[in-house]
Amino acid sequence: MQRTTLDLWVGIFVIIGIAALMILSLKVGNLNLSGSTQSYVITGNFENIGGLKVRAPVKSAGVVVGRVTNIQFSTQTYDAIVTMDMDSRFLFPKDTFASILTSGLLGEQYIGLSAGGEGVMLKEGDKIMKTNSAMVLEELIGRFLFDKASE
Amino acid sequence: MSKYIVSVIQNIGHRVIESIWRLGVGSRFFLLVLLKSGTSLRRFNLVIRELYFTGVLSLIIIVVSGLFVGMVLGLQGYETLQKYGSESAVGTLVALSLVRELGPVVAALLFASRAGSAITAEIGLMKATEQLAAMGLMAVDPVARVVAPRFWAGVISMPLLAAIFSVMGVLGGYLVTVVFIGVDQGTYWSQMQSAVDFRFDILNGFIKSCFFGVAIAAIAVFEGYDAPPTAEGVSGATTRTVVTSSLAILGLDFILTAFMFRGVS
Repeated sequence: MQRTTLDLWVGIFVIIGIAALMILSLKVGNLNLSGSTQSYVITGNFENIGGLKVRAPVKSAGVVVGRVTNIQFSTQTYDAIVTMDMDSRFLFPKDTFASILTSGLLGEQYIGLSAGGEGVMLKEGDKIMKTNSAMVLEELIGRFLFDKASE
Repeated sequence: MSKYIVSVIQNIGHRVIESIWRLGVGSRFFLLVLLKSGTSLRRFNLVIRELYFTGVLSLIIIVVSGLFVGMVLGLQGYETLQKYGSESAVGTLVALSLVRELGPVVAALLFASRAGSAITAEIGLMKATEQLAAMGLMAVDPVARVVAPRFWAGVISMPLLAAIFSVMGVLGGYLVTVVFIGVDQGTYWSQMQSAVDFRFDILNGFIKSCFFGVAIAAIAVFEGYDAPPTAEGVSGATTRTVVTSSLAILGLDFILTAFMFRGVS
């Protein structure tokens, strides 16, 4: 085969391959070309995290504003310390309320933030004071039965 | 009786020693190929010629099978997810299974049988017809001139083919679930994008396919170079390439997955 046609075909092949990689990262994945966004880290103590996992989204009003980066157990307070990586475009007041919610009936769990009214904003390394645990189905049913019985 | 038992044990020992010896020879040959790759990287048109045979000619089978694997994934995923009322997650299912596992692994298996066997047969036949020996007589190093370009062409084309396979699979899933069945196309893409992570899923899949590329290319060139210079020898070597590289792909895949998605504790 002629050298130039060979080069042409291989060129087309490599371009298609690189284009496939680009499509995978941009269209299928969630890579942002607008540069790596600045972030700040905050933590929160939860009594029960249910099925929350690392890399679960942190949402406020349904919009993803950060991600869970680490979950640890504290031996001092016997609860879970959840570390969140927040997009620094979104600042939240100090008295923001964090609760663990479930998307849909069987969906994944995420952290929902509802902003408070204080003027001071959360910054790097701060801790969310007001948290709400995950809803555990057994506890809920137990409470329901208990209420029914006492009626 | 005892004689028979001794001969059985001897047989086992012989096979183990033989296979370890082959592994050692193969590793040394792999290092030799790496050491002598200088020529093929300097005269890159040698690699481009091989890229045509290993990469471009494998495109058709990769594109078609990627499309069909994606379509089947879409159909099966939809059937199962629909029972739980979560058919909107079908995009996530298709994309994650393709990007993490099926893309690299199935593309590598196809590549091993399409291109790996061809490389082995070509090198083996060159050896059988004493072309390699003739090159040596002309002071042309056959490893640098024949083996290294084929090795690098395999290494380069494997990740590209795996990426093409995954994209075609996602398109196939789109075709079946959105166009034929009627899942909303907005949910198909948005659920997929929110679930597939660049570093965690796509980059790991890419790294996997690079490992597979090196493994297939190394096994294929070694089996070809090591083949007994007879018709039977070449056919045996071709078979061994496909079998060994398929097993290597699946074994490597398990190890890489364990490291990537479970982490090392």
